[in-house]
Amino acid sequence: MNLPHLRLLEAESIHILREVAAEFQRPVMLYSIGKDSSVMLRLAQKAFFPGRIPFPLLHVDTGYKFHEMIEFRDKLTAELGLNLIVHRNEPAIAQGAHPSILGTQRCCQLLKTQSLLDALREGGFDAAFGGARRDEEKSRAKERIYSFRDTHGQWEPRAQRPELWNLYNSRIHPGESIRVFPLSNWTETDIWHYIHVESIPIVPLYYAKERDAVVDLRGGIRLAEAAPGEPAVRVKCRMRSLGCSPCTGAIRSEADTLPKIIDELLTFRRSERENRVIDHDTEGSMEIKKREGYF
Amino acid sequence: MTEIITLAHPANVPGATAEKGLLRMLTCGSVDDGKSTLIGRLLYDSRSVYEDQVQSIAKSTVNRAGAGLLDLSLLTDGLRAEREQGITIDVAYRYFSTAKRKFILADTPGHEQFTRNMATGASTADLAIILIDARHGVLPQSRRHAQICALLGIRQVTVAINKMDLAGYSESRYEEIRSEFATILDGLGFHNPYFLPVSALAGDNVVTKGTKMPWFDGPALLEYLETVEVESSAAEFRMPVQLVVRPDLHFRGYAGQIASGTVRKGDAVEVWPGGKHTTIARIVTYDGDLAEATAPQSVTLVLEHELDVARGSLIAAAGRAPIAARRFRADIVWMQERPLDGTHMWVIKHGTRLVRARLIRLVDRLDIATLTRGSASATNLGLNDIGLAEFEAVSPLHFDPYSTNRSMGAIVLIDPETNATAGAGMIRSAVESTFRPVTAAEREGRFGHNAAVVRLNGRHSLASRLERRIFDRGGVATVRDHASVDLLEALDAAGLIVILVEEAGPAWASDDGTACEQILKELFVDHGLESGEAI
Ligand SMILES: Nc1nc2c(ncn2[C@@H]2O[C@H](COP(=O)(O)OP(=O)(O)O)[C@@H](O)[C@H]2O)c(=O)[nH]1
Repeated sequence: MNLPHLRLLEAESIHILREVAAEFQRPVMLYSIGKDSSVMLRLAQKAFFPGRIPFPLLHVDTGYKFHEMIEFRDKLTAELGLNLIVHRNEPAIAQGAHPSILGTQRCCQLLKTQSLLDALREGGFDAAFGGARRDEEKSRAKERIYSFRDTHGQWEPRAQRPELWNLYNSRIHPGESIRVFPLSNWTETDIWHYIHVESIPIVPLYYAKERDAVVDLRGGIRLAEAAPGEPAVRVKCRMRSLGCSPCTGAIRSEADTLPKIIDELLTFRRSERENRVIDHDTEGSMEIKKREGYF
Repeated sequence: MTEIITLAHPANVPGATAEKGLLRMLTCGSVDDGKSTLIGRLLYDSRSVYEDQVQSIAKSTVNRAGAGLLDLSLLTDGLRAEREQGITIDVAYRYFSTAKRKFILADTPGHEQFTRNMATGASTADLAIILIDARHGVLPQSRRHAQICALLGIRQVTVAINKMDLAGYSESRYEEIRSEFATILDGLGFHNPYFLPVSALAGDNVVTKGTKMPWFDGPALLEYLETVEVESSAAEFRMPVQLVVRPDLHFRGYAGQIASGTVRKGDAVEVWPGGKHTTIARIVTYDGDLAEATAPQSVTLVLEHELDVARGSLIAAAGRAPIAARRFRADIVWMQERPLDGTHMWVIKHGTRLVRARLIRLVDRLDIATLTRGSASATNLGLNDIGLAEFEAVSPLHFDPYSTNRSMGAIVLIDPETNATAGAGMIRSAVESTFRPVTAAEREGRFGHNAAVVRLNGRHSLASRLERRIFDRGGVATVRDHASVDLLEALDAAGLIVILVEEAGPAWASDDGTACEQILKELFVDHGLESGEAI
């Protein structure tokens, strides 16, 4: 109770990162370039200091990531001397997979879920860290910190293990794997506060700036090429969460500093994934993706 | 309809919010007591839900709250399958915060599997909110909830007597339930339970006090939760080592999360197993060295001496050793179908160690229906059973009793065949493993001498003087004129000295004082003396 809540969350996350590094053969950290990944990366630096992070980073690149994200990724990993693996589902990308052609579900399935499962299998990874938080979405509220996947990388809600105290059960059979969520107990606000107090670098797209954008049919704005009938505008805006350019909207905002972002967040009335097209397809759609192996 | 009740905007300036406290809680109630509604109300009224989430519950085809009312219970309804069945079946974690505190709330269902789920939620909670439906009063289930909270070491309990709107906001009804349940909680050792009457549906006494119950003068639930002091345990310093950090030849540190207590640079510590002594040379973190660190911080310790330290070692305050035992007793909550019995080995996770162990016996089983312990005939524990069990591990565990140190007394049992988390345990005490026969060396340790027979050639004055000197040095002798072989064997087995006055033996110095010294020197100094050998 005496330590401030961010330090308690930090201590808990570091404990989790170390447990996995100690008990698994081949861990890997899913690095999505977003704010949660940035926090997770900093926590990993802390966990193994003064040693190096003892596992590689894996970025599943759909080919639709904003160029600011890729530039940020390459600069940061070079500066920190990190071992980065980039994985793309090249056959699907070559065939022109796009949400407007395949629909968002199928597109995500190919470029994200399939690509991720392939990368994990090719790397022989038995544990993969992800930056998901339980407060992100209702179906995540019951997600464990160690989330078990069968030999096909799939998630079965009823096969999940109870987690007591900080005693994680890391025993798996050959071919099985786990996803680990060290940020489970963090909220979006905690993430931003931590980025602020720790001065963690983040992709510039999170800061409001005058940008060229298009207004889509639902009235939202996107930083992408205009589809027929979508007017181009120049508007001060920023991204609240980073995804693929066709499916992630920007928000009109004046928040060009971290304190302003936090202030804006505290007055926000809409959840952060609301600007993602994928979660709205059907009620509970996130859970269907999880069963298939999506993060 | 979707307009969020606007509360005074919390003074959330970025710097200030980084200094919030954290309270981990658990809610328990029977099905339909209004748990989901209460949590929904806390989230909604503390502005921890977003407008689009509210819109989606407003659009939902399910609404059990009544026409024109938002069904806030839907805000916390989890997985799709459960939504369809209209039930919740697992532990879900909710987050909300105010200007003063961040709250992590474990939400557990109130029906079957409730023991397993409640134990899981309770393991990390500092405080439990127990819901009671004012119409039904104290149910057997309410007692069970309190019992499991007590077992899992939660010290702080808040009792929300809900649906007061359906009980006419009656003070006498509230008092009736309060006094009945207070007696039960008292029996379970809860110190200052906080009782309050609420209506989760209408919002009375949840976030704001409301006007319906002017007879109640305590703070509303949220205000109470924001200010309640949670006892922090004053346990000794302990840190189980997670991994050895060794980036180069010049640095060797031990990374771990402090399980209890505080450690300072320069502190004397011992490393278990073994108990080797050393001091803390540095407390290393990414943000710089610390002068001191306290539970539950994650740090890396550098020790003064090169010792054999690895994952699974325990660094503990010097002179404050944990209990070391292969055999121990623990309260067990069983969590899987395959029962706990003595037919095979289980894997125990304790701190950062994995140790194999076998069930030796079940001491008793808690009957969750009657809340009585008993049934000596019990030979196994099934899913959701609770019992007290004795285990024998293949190597000693270094623990503190759960009642004084939660992190050092907690264990998880793993089924080595399926790898499932099979049970949770709260260690009570060590059990003496076997009766070791008393050895001649132990007797010598106590008396300072071995068994011996001293023959004095008829010198009675020397005999009593000698007995006095032996006695004063902590030894035990008996003076006899002569003795049978049986008696001599018995006294020899007991490790005693027999002084035989009338029997012929070596010639001692003629002066009694000198003779005494001569004999004592033989008895107490010369350990080469074989037991029972005559002098
Ligand atoms: N009148 C009244 N109804 C309530 C109150 N709290 C909950 N309910 C209703 O009781 C039912 C069960 O509530 P719910 O929150 O789902 O209970 P849970 O099973 O404990 O999570 C629902 O129809 C709620 O609308 C209350 O304070 N007053």
